[in-house]
Amino acid sequence: MNRTRTRRWIRVSGSGKAGLVIVVVVVAIAVIGPLAAPHNPDVVAGLPYAQPSAAHWLGLDFLGRDVLSRVLHGGLTVVFYAGVATAAAYGVGLLVGLFAGYRRTWLEAVLMRFTDVILAFPALVLLLLLATAFGPGITGIVVATAIIQLPPIIRIVRSATLEQSVRGYVEAAVARGEGTLVVLRREILPNIARPLSADVGLRFSWSVLLIASVNFLGLGLQAPASDWGLMVSENRGGIASNPSVMLVPAAMLGALTLGINLLGDALAGGKQ
Amino acid sequence: MTVTNDTVLDVTDLRILLNSGSPIVDGVDLNLARGEILGIVGESGSGKTTTALALLGYAQLGAHIAGGKVFVAGQDVLALDKKSLREIRGKSVSYVPQDADQALNPSLRIAQSLTDVLRRRPRDRPADLISLLAAVDLPSTQEFGRRLPHQLSGGQQQRVTIAVGLACGPPVIVMDEPTTGLDVITQRSVLAEIARLRDDEGVSLVYVSHDLAVVSEIADRIAVMYAGRIVEQGPTSTLLARPRHPYTRGLLQSIPDHRRRVRLVPMPGTALGLEDRPEGCPFAPRCSQKTDECAVGLPLLESVGEQHEVRCIHWRDTEPPLARATIGPRSTHTDAMVTLRGLRATHRGRGGTVVAAEDISFDLHRGECLALVGESGSGKTTIARSIVGLHQPDDGTILLRGKQLPPRIRNRSLAERRGIQYVFQNPFQSLNPQRRIGEDLARPGQVLRGLSHTDAKSEVGGLLEQVRLPQRVAERYPAQLSGGERQRVAIARALAAHPDLLVCDEVTSALDVSVQAAILEVLAELRDDLGVAMLFITHDLGVVSVVADRIIVLERGRICETGPTDQLLSAPQDPYTRRLVDAAPTLSHPSADEALS
Repeated sequence: MNRTRTRRWIRVSGSGKAGLVIVVVVVAIAVIGPLAAPHNPDVVAGLPYAQPSAAHWLGLDFLGRDVLSRVLHGGLTVVFYAGVATAAAYGVGLLVGLFAGYRRTWLEAVLMRFTDVILAFPALVLLLLLATAFGPGITGIVVATAIIQLPPIIRIVRSATLEQSVRGYVEAAVARGEGTLVVLRREILPNIARPLSADVGLRFSWSVLLIASVNFLGLGLQAPASDWGLMVSENRGGIASNPSVMLVPAAMLGALTLGINLLGDALAGGKQ
Repeated sequence: MTVTNDTVLDVTDLRILLNSGSPIVDGVDLNLARGEILGIVGESGSGKTTTALALLGYAQLGAHIAGGKVFVAGQDVLALDKKSLREIRGKSVSYVPQDADQALNPSLRIAQSLTDVLRRRPRDRPADLISLLAAVDLPSTQEFGRRLPHQLSGGQQQRVTIAVGLACGPPVIVMDEPTTGLDVITQRSVLAEIARLRDDEGVSLVYVSHDLAVVSEIADRIAVMYAGRIVEQGPTSTLLARPRHPYTRGLLQSIPDHRRRVRLVPMPGTALGLEDRPEGCPFAPRCSQKTDECAVGLPLLESVGEQHEVRCIHWRDTEPPLARATIGPRSTHTDAMVTLRGLRATHRGRGGTVVAAEDISFDLHRGECLALVGESGSGKTTIARSIVGLHQPDDGTILLRGKQLPPRIRNRSLAERRGIQYVFQNPFQSLNPQRRIGEDLARPGQVLRGLSHTDAKSEVGGLLEQVRLPQRVAERYPAQLSGGERQRVAIARALAAHPDLLVCDEVTSALDVSVQAAILEVLAELRDDLGVAMLFITHDLGVVSVVADRIIVLERGRICETGPTDQLLSAPQDPYTRRLVDAAPTLSHPSADEALS
């Protein structure tokens, strides 16, 4: 139907296509994984840190549970919680950024200084602070992750909006007397969607890493949940006996981040 | 053309390709005698800048010089290795870039920029700096040398880049649009400077520009480029009086000239993109005298007179430029459509408040075209934006059909918003890239005239017709259109509101002259047919002479003269207006006039 738009997608570079494939594979593992797991991830099946064998392809973890099954189960939480945090952050950030960039009032100055304040804190320290404030459990972590992601999102949306709002077609719409919402939705949003969709990917990979690192520190998801971040943390003692127990979940996290970044770069680099 | 001892530059069969293999410049032959100025003229994409850079043995990123010879002072530039190339650049051939503002390193003092180059002359020492500044008519003091580029005016910056080009006294200087972006009065002084350098110092110059009028004022010979080739080359007076290539003729007929108020004859079509140059004569698709033979092979450059060469097989049939109809005063209505009284507008920034317009009062009548003329910073755009409601004035009243308009757009009624429509300067930013043209054109009808989506859509065809665009454009996206086509769409979008007043802000300044002529023609037709009032904002007196009935000249936010177009252009009263009219480039040289009359 829309030939120009399809052609743009096909024209995404080689590294962008590779990124897309990686993301699809990792997300597929996370979603379909629990159904394909050969064993119950929470049941002890043998000696801790047992080497890979025919029955347990990736060996056993620090309690003697099947690593492959735990890897297959462990992705969903990562993708889901990071997804929720990113969506929440972007939902709020987009709204605030659009208004701040388009209606340049005193509110903008206040908002921007506020985001500067949040940005001034190291992300992880702030995350731990917020997580402690919200109490243990994953909900607090997700909310805290979303809050930490908010300032950079507001900034990027605002500057993209600012750039658009002086364009002729936006001014023409203003001169027609179109309402703020209509201008934002019809004239501005479609033209910033492309760079922003690249940024969504980056924010998502940040969320993945933040949540995984908090899980690694033992503040988020609690045992016996299977989660890639948690697995890296739990099994770090056994890296010599059964390296795959730590390397495989770490590699999955790495692959997801890498894939998203490749895809995001390809989207952002494309011609508008 | 004969190569004599005096030849300082000799280019044969220059060929420059994109790395993808498409030619940008093909089969270009040029030469330059000592003390001569050769103008290279062409529209966007004609390969003129690429040719200019190749004279220094340089090709832009993504392109390479694939063949030909460039002899500068007897040395083949293209045969040199990198080290020797660096050695001759500046010493044998130097380059003066467009946009001096960006060409000068903002953190280097002027003296530093100049001595960096001067140092390469073995004999002359930094003491020469003073005489170099004097050579380009800059204040020749050490104090001036200590200034940073931002402390100089645009004209002074451009003189510094010319001084850099002169520093090593090269036999050939290549100048690429050195006056584009300067206002006309500054342009005049820079042009005078260049002519003086040729006359007094015997400098040989290649002057590249899109503006045939500017080039015709200083060049001894002109080469016209089209689609990467020279299509006509000859002495300036011959070329202007009796062009033999239909493209040159077309260019001459589409350039507005404030000294001769005549109707323009636009060329059809637009300049070609790199990838869609046809077999045969590249100009054939736009040519009125093409035959079947034109599509067969590329025409050769034929010699048709002394130093006059043309690349057209039908050059004998090319008519002299038309004696065109003079534009006289038109009768207009006397009921005021828009009235301004005592308008004052300012810009508030960090550096304080800048007054952009002060005490602006005028009436604009129904069916009349009023031009606001001034240099950059004269406040003309601010006035226009105040009328449209995009800028809130500090003081004064704006009346539409005798009724006062609220200053802010959101307080204006639907009818008031519909009545005034704005066409923007940059056609590449005035259309939403994500919407089809048809959607964009339907929107004003829906919002401002309360039409249903279907009704508004059904008007699109008529709108496209009014601006002479084919119907299929409705299904396109802006990126699929050329600059001229986009500007027509922007005009059609304004017309969709059925406006009483059309505000056109520098609507042709981003377009090639052949496209500009067509847009001006469309606007003139609309003014006559629809009876809309038009406020036309421009810095170009030539454009004004074609469209305007009346002119207001602005200087630093104040009206300094106003009057009917004929009167103001032929007998300006105010000293500033007089300088402006004298400085504007013109094609009307005495020799050319004789041949035309």
